[in-house]
Amino acid sequence: MTEKEKISTSQFNESNGFTLFVSLINGLGEANSIQEKIRLLTDYFTSAPDADKTWTIGLFTGRKLKRMAKTSLLAAWVSELKNFPTWLFEESYHQVGDLAETVALLLPQEEYGHKKGDLADYLRLLKALEKATDEEKKESILDCWKGMNETEKFVFNKLITGGFRIGVSSQLVIQSLAKLISEEPAVLAHRLSGDWDPAEINFDQLVKGKGNSDNLSQPYPFFLAHGLADTISALGAPSDWVAEWKWDGIRGQVIKRNNEWFVWSRGEELITDKFPEFDDWKSQLPDGLVLDGEILAMKDGKPLPFAILQTRIGRIKISQKLRTEVPVHFMAFDLLEYEGADWRGNELHERRNKLKEIISKIGHHSLLLSTDILFSDWEELAAHRLISREHGSEGLMLKRKVSAYQAGRKSGDWWKWKTDPLTIDAVLIYAQKGHGRRSNLYTDYTFALRDGEKLVSFAKAYSGLTDKELIAIDAFVKKNAVEKFGPVRTVKPELVFEIAFEGISESKRHKSGIAVRFPRISKWRTDKKLEDINTLDDLKDLLRTNIHH
Amino acid sequence: MLISFTDKGLFCEQGNFYIDPWKPVESAVITHAHSDHARSGHKNYFCHHQSKSLLRSRLGENEYQSVNWGEPVTRNGVRVSLHPAGHIIGSAQVRIEYKGEVWVISGDYKTTNDGISGEFEPLKCHTFITESTFGLPVYQWKPQEMIYNEMRDWVLRNQSQGISSVFHAYSLGKSQRIIDALRGFEGKIFVHGAIWQIQQALLSDGWKFPDTPRMSAEIPSDIRKGSIFISPAPIEQTTVAKLIGPYLSAGCSGWMQVRGNRRRGSTDKAFVLSDHADWNGLLSAVKETGAEKVFVTHGFQSVFSRYLNENGISAGEVKTHFGEEEE
Repeated sequence: MTEKEKISTSQFNESNGFTLFVSLINGLGEANSIQEKIRLLTDYFTSAPDADKTWTIGLFTGRKLKRMAKTSLLAAWVSELKNFPTWLFEESYHQVGDLAETVALLLPQEEYGHKKGDLADYLRLLKALEKATDEEKKESILDCWKGMNETEKFVFNKLITGGFRIGVSSQLVIQSLAKLISEEPAVLAHRLSGDWDPAEINFDQLVKGKGNSDNLSQPYPFFLAHGLADTISALGAPSDWVAEWKWDGIRGQVIKRNNEWFVWSRGEELITDKFPEFDDWKSQLPDGLVLDGEILAMKDGKPLPFAILQTRIGRIKISQKLRTEVPVHFMAFDLLEYEGADWRGNELHERRNKLKEIISKIGHHSLLLSTDILFSDWEELAAHRLISREHGSEGLMLKRKVSAYQAGRKSGDWWKWKTDPLTIDAVLIYAQKGHGRRSNLYTDYTFALRDGEKLVSFAKAYSGLTDKELIAIDAFVKKNAVEKFGPVRTVKPELVFEIAFEGISESKRHKSGIAVRFPRISKWRTDKKLEDINTLDDLKDLLRTNIHH
Repeated sequence: MLISFTDKGLFCEQGNFYIDPWKPVESAVITHAHSDHARSGHKNYFCHHQSKSLLRSRLGENEYQSVNWGEPVTRNGVRVSLHPAGHIIGSAQVRIEYKGEVWVISGDYKTTNDGISGEFEPLKCHTFITESTFGLPVYQWKPQEMIYNEMRDWVLRNQSQGISSVFHAYSLGKSQRIIDALRGFEGKIFVHGAIWQIQQALLSDGWKFPDTPRMSAEIPSDIRKGSIFISPAPIEQTTVAKLIGPYLSAGCSGWMQVRGNRRRGSTDKAFVLSDHADWNGLLSAVKETGAEKVFVTHGFQSVFSRYLNENGISAGEVKTHFGEEEE
């Protein structure tokens, strides 16, 4: 780091942007209603400096920060400052469950805080530190900590550890902001999606769309569906609806603008390079086009389980071998932009007709159209749903024929109607303390099935229990821990649970030889004993009956 | 050893008495009136004057012998005296001396003076038996006045919106501190029956606390609205909830230091208010005793004893049945 780039907190503005941000985070953490959260966000966006607002939008809509300091580095600094051994840091971390919080709680407490400077000042400083040596980082970060109270340290530590997850959806941010600037939420959502850098863009450009309207790569916010909660007949006339298979791949948008090509995942990650298969047909697509669909691994016309597609994600280089083993297809189901015009407001059947036309013109085996399932009444559709797994699908999608393509997760026009999950009874064998909300309770579990005389672990599951049940299981784990392996406790195999999952496939990486998809605890079977659990053979039977390739 | 660790509790064989035993014994020295330390079924209870009526209100009639701070009694050559532990009203450390050898059993304690529970008295000894409820350095408490201010601000903010404030607090210890913190709101503070009973025992002992009645329909509705209610249990779907109108709830405990616990706590608000020593308090207490040997009981035993061992104080872990109910 040269002298010129060196930034220290003494150069920060005599302003309070950072404190405002901290009290926003604090308030959101304590708020217990959506209205309260919106009020806090609105207040914040009314009073915060512009540069801070841009950063806040960026952080709340999922832009990630570079991790400035590794855990071991932070542990070393804190241990040195406090003059205690690093194992004490580790014990503390294990208890608290959150790195930023552990550090904030361990540092010497300073009561009043109100550290000066704006959020943008701190982020500029962190940016300048990216290429600094560990010693330079230490000097700067220690300087920042000085004079911060615990909450300020916690928030600052979240910035340097690169992870910012708060109980606020990007939709809530968009909703508050849209109201404040009198803009349509969907329009604003579009402006805020895609690839922009909070350090480069100013607030006005961002929310008024001046800064990145010419950004060719920008995707639309995905329209997401809720699971159907009511009975199917509550949807009204079957003739108002279209049904499609629900695929279990990577939801994605493909974009062709100015003859440039982009592929986005639902997590708003640009994954263009991962799928060279699409090069075969992208040049034939008309320009000014955005399609929504599912990226699927398929062989012989049937989708492969997600676990297989997963072997391609994360690979930097896609080898020919991998392409042959896991051939990727794009299953298009919606048209969002055509000839450069936003088609989201058009009715679904119009969009689908145009989409059919485009895809049939190209006629390539790896560019597919998600087909409509024909049905005349709900009973007929229900029968289709029962055989979803045979098609390699996890259920149905129901879409209202006249629906527009909305932004975010909305009820009413689109519904997921998944198949009932597969279930199996298994016994709890390992437990580990949770993180975040569940720190210091044993809430992360591993379950096993019987294989002859042995127990074989087959799935990990976290969700699906009430707080009351979690506390009871936590007490059981503490009383019945047989062995310790670091944070993991081996417990007496006694508690039986019904584990539900969405998909099943063979796997070399799993001890049981089988991978299950989205495992979760569906029921605590207090009525069952260890001898009542299912066997590995039962699971293999499930695999055989549910296989689709 | 002057004290041995038995399945009934900490036992002084020479003096033939137990300290806070968890199974019925002949002669029990009681550090304080919390139920994990003061259990029923003993023949004789020995405690500080301030604990006596609390024990009686919780355990009924028994043979109670009480003494003043530092007032020694001798049992078969063993000199026993009680000294302030600062944990709750009447809470004591037990000092035991026999032929020049001194042991101190801390019971539960906090080293900062909360204004009602007595000021923790550092005692020199050869062997110190200490609790370790918050024996991890992430537990550092803010000054009491700051927390009390936060509590008062919260109540005021709720009142300005016509909302009542419900504090969840252990009936003995935390409740008295909350009542103390909320002086100035007299007339608006109401308590659960369990707390009311304890307040009666304290008031009859001459403690000066504001009057805190139980909540009832006879109280005018404009007083019930925006009031303060202190309860050991959640009040959801109780008559009280109906009587006090819209309310927000707060938990008060040292565990609230960690965000995960705050969120899991299912109250709307959390105050980090503890009746136990924090990490620094535990360390300074141990150092001030000058003890050569420390036994660490309930809490983060392994962490705290390891740390002491690495810092030249010989320490061992002892498993007890304490700490099962509080905070």
